[in-house]
Amino acid sequence: MRPFGYAAPATVDQAVGLLEAEGSEALAGGTDLLSLLKDDVERVDRLVALRGVPGLSGLELDGGMLRVGAMTTLQELRDHDGAIAALPALAVAIDGVASPQLRAMGTVGGDLLQRPRCWYYRRGFGLLALAADGRSMVADGDNRYHAIFPEGEARFVNPSSLAPLLVALGAEAVIHGPAGERRLPVEALYRAPQAAGERENTLAPGELLVGVEANVEGSRSAVYEVRQRRALDWPLMAAAVSLAGSGPRTERARIVLGHAGPVPHVATAAGDVLSGQELTPETVAAAADATVEGARPMSGNRYKVQLARTAVRRALARAAGMEF
Amino acid sequence: MTDDAKRSGLSRRSFLRSGAAGALSGGLAAGLLTGDAAGAAAATDAESPDTVGPGPVEIELEVNGATRRLAVEPRVTLLDGLRDRLDVTGPKRVCDRGTCGACTVLEDGRPIYACSRLMIESAGRSITTVEGLGSPDAMHDVQQAFVENDAQQCGYCTPGFVVATAALLARHPAPSEREIEAGLGGNLCRCGTYKGIRAVVEGAGGGGVSGG
Repeated sequence: MRPFGYAAPATVDQAVGLLEAEGSEALAGGTDLLSLLKDDVERVDRLVALRGVPGLSGLELDGGMLRVGAMTTLQELRDHDGAIAALPALAVAIDGVASPQLRAMGTVGGDLLQRPRCWYYRRGFGLLALAADGRSMVADGDNRYHAIFPEGEARFVNPSSLAPLLVALGAEAVIHGPAGERRLPVEALYRAPQAAGERENTLAPGELLVGVEANVEGSRSAVYEVRQRRALDWPLMAAAVSLAGSGPRTERARIVLGHAGPVPHVATAAGDVLSGQELTPETVAAAADATVEGARPMSGNRYKVQLARTAVRRALARAAGMEF
Repeated sequence: MTDDAKRSGLSRRSFLRSGAAGALSGGLAAGLLTGDAAGAAAATDAESPDTVGPGPVEIELEVNGATRRLAVEPRVTLLDGLRDRLDVTGPKRVCDRGTCGACTVLEDGRPIYACSRLMIESAGRSITTVEGLGSPDAMHDVQQAFVENDAQQCGYCTPGFVVATAALLARHPAPSEREIEAGLGGNLCRCGTYKGIRAVVEGAGGGGVSGG
């Protein structure tokens, strides 16, 4: 690693002040950032250590509202019986990070804001991986794990384990910055960069994700991940669903894909298919088909379209307590 | 000083400060780090913390029960600091990217990848490596069980597996098959000694091995 400075703020305000300076990066669990620094993919002048900042870790369940600090580790969240009982899908999403060491080190904020796994990005070719002649190295190259819903030249996939579920639940991200606090839907944390040097998140310099809040009551939710191996890897495809409504009919359904596009893919049309419907094998299949409508797979990842369909079907079945 | 205050890094921040500014500020640091309301209020008024490094910064941590004090650059990982500076070579440097588990150590009792933690972040905390679990003359039950079950070949992954197994058994003294797979899912063995390792852990239910 190249040399860098290190500051350990004692408050969120101090952290924000330090992060405003160019070349400063927040250090949470470090499991992603240190690898990027070792590989010289990212460079920093100073790391701002969040580990000792009081108030950034911990969680509470208040009524149906789950509030989780950004520095809460994945294992701490997994071990919170109340949170898991209220939202069993959370256990599936966290267990997908299939390494006790990563769960012990990795944080909720770090999971949400980890950098893409795209191997062109990880080899230093940038998030858009454009060759000197402007052609996409991803489209021309090995894109087996890349987006089936690319946005412009952004063909990497959002790697977060928690984001699809949080987006399906309509969770909010709480952000502190130089101008104070702002809140936004978790999906608005992300964007598809379109120019070299742009990031895949919407945080401004000095802004810090301090936590997330989700209403975990009044809906049934589920996560289904399709994996190549059970340990130590990101899924090939993930679907998260949230169903609202009492009785057999679904009033509102939210269906979100992870690992499908540069941002968590909200399949609005697929949710609409289920609106006012009972969940049956037929309606579930129709929603799964609607999820992948408009998908634009590349040369090597057509299989992910079928994985997405299957993941949605199984997540819906899981949420509804149906066999699949 | 309570154990908790000590663990949460009082000595860490004190030494960071002493390294940077040459003066201890114990009372302030204690307030900052306990996380209570008084501490948070005090912190609001505090100046922005000093940036230390990129040169060496004096830190203190506990390694296998002994207090160790050294000066490290912020960029030095816990793994490299243990191996190259403190001559604690049980944790192995294999992938160095948080993927293989050969560097697994316990930090305050929790299993972590030492390659993916900056040593400066472990200041004020307690680290246990495979050396701290037991010695050749007085092996930890898990170490003994690895020998008895022939659970190693080249041995490079073994220190990490031993530590991860001890952490698993501390959480689940009689783990189910699923708990074994989840508990050791962060470690790889390229020789393929998983059968022997599984026998080590399954021995736990029958007596023999305990998380200690």
